[in-house]
Amino acid sequence: MRLRFILGEVFNGLRRNSTMALSVVLVTFVSLTFVGAAALIQMQIDQLKDDWYGKVEISIFLCPESSRNERCAEGAVTTAQEDAIREVLEEGALEPMVDEVYYESREEAYEKFIANDSDGIWSSLTAEQMQPSFRVKLTDPEQYQVVADATQGLPGVDTVRDQREIFSELFRFLNAATIVAAALAAVMSVAAMLLITTTIRLSALSRRRETQIMRMVGSSRSLIQMPFMLEGAVAATTGAGLAIGTLYLGVRYMIDDWLKASVTWVDYVGSADVWTVAPWLLVIAVALAGISSIVTLGKYTRA
Amino acid sequence: MIRFDNATKVYKRGARPALDSASVEIERGDFVFLVGSSGSGKSTFLKLILREERPTGGDVYVAGRHLNKLSAWRVPHLRREIGAVFQDFRLLPNKTVYQNVAFALQVIGKSRHHIQTTVPEMLELVGLAGKERRMPHELSGGEQQRVAIARAFVNHPPILLCDEPTGNLDPGTSVGIMRLLDRINRTGTTVLMATHDDEIVDQMRKRVIELRGGQVVRDQDRGVYGLERV
Repeated sequence: MRLRFILGEVFNGLRRNSTMALSVVLVTFVSLTFVGAAALIQMQIDQLKDDWYGKVEISIFLCPESSRNERCAEGAVTTAQEDAIREVLEEGALEPMVDEVYYESREEAYEKFIANDSDGIWSSLTAEQMQPSFRVKLTDPEQYQVVADATQGLPGVDTVRDQREIFSELFRFLNAATIVAAALAAVMSVAAMLLITTTIRLSALSRRRETQIMRMVGSSRSLIQMPFMLEGAVAATTGAGLAIGTLYLGVRYMIDDWLKASVTWVDYVGSADVWTVAPWLLVIAVALAGISSIVTLGKYTRA
Repeated sequence: MIRFDNATKVYKRGARPALDSASVEIERGDFVFLVGSSGSGKSTFLKLILREERPTGGDVYVAGRHLNKLSAWRVPHLRREIGAVFQDFRLLPNKTVYQNVAFALQVIGKSRHHIQTTVPEMLELVGLAGKERRMPHELSGGEQQRVAIARAFVNHPPILLCDEPTGNLDPGTSVGIMRLLDRINRTGTTVLMATHDDEIVDQMRKRVIELRGGQVVRDQDRGVYGLERV
């Protein structure tokens, strides 16, 4: 009886206030799409970091024959200097941070370089002009700065380069995109809350006669307020549903069908990740509606 | 059934009290008129009984409950023991007569079966048998008030509060409503009726409590409306 009554009231309320209900649906839809997009971008960043940082190495380039770098004024790196650098990496305080050290000689560097130069533009280069280097793999890629600082000033070291620098631009872009999405989401969420508040208030006012009688004959506060709360919750959850659908389709068509085909070397977030985000969007929707109802109903359906 | 012990209600600090140390005892089965001009404290009196307001001083007991100490979540239970009828009927315009009465039972969680047997009985009692499917706007004022009384009484509360129930009705119709309230009173229900209608009070010869400036100035068995008429 009660359930039927509540559901009937919810349905009536939504129907009577259909334009407001629709606006709540749309606003929560847009705001939660941004929330979801921000979350997916962050997941993408984490995935890329996991994927790439593991492969990333620090390159310690050693002084070549002739260099404009004043640190290399004394000429090419000597074997003694190379041994000293290796000792710093493998035996000193850096030892726990360093996973693996690989020495790339001039000849190896030259071979790699030529192999990549299929057009033969650089064929005039000789092995003597190449830089030898240490390739260092770290146990924790975040420790890059420590290793760089420790090796930078050593005699025979030209430059230290972290391959992560190549990605940092991309990550900066993705982080900026997250911030934009999150900011839009925040603004839209505020709009959603205000709208839900207004909708519930209108709904409560338009049914003041009913609630007044309910109060008078002694129906419980929860029964009086429940239909209004559910109205907000139904509208907000519908918005969340639309947002989840949009994110799913976005990932399906933008990433699965398009990006994956054109840029193949990246590991992308997939539709499975949308399902990870989805419950949170629903939780946020219900929370938005819940907070708005509690704020509003205390005032309009006084017991 | 209803007891006020020096009950005082001050709405705004410093303002004149709306009810000033009123002490009244109303027994089970009493029929009491509450009279007094506008602003004399009648509405506050009724609001205190319904626990729409709390007394700022003194104590109020209704149906065995000490209302000063009644917690907010127990209030609905108190209100199930009090039927209330108003001058403006307060019917739901988009529900039929039957649905209006049934609504009062639905929202306190009565079973469908209970509703289906009780509502027709109640409509019969108030003399509206056969008009179950009418809409409120199709009824006369007197009939609408009967619907409101049926709704207030359908759960057989031990107390019936009536706030100017005949205020919007012509004298002939009012007599009918009074007969109905009298009949309800004879089932053992305590009836407390706030009114301006001197003719009715004089005719009925029931107990009269008169308020003036928030104070009980008269509590008289088998009384009349006012000793000094304007």
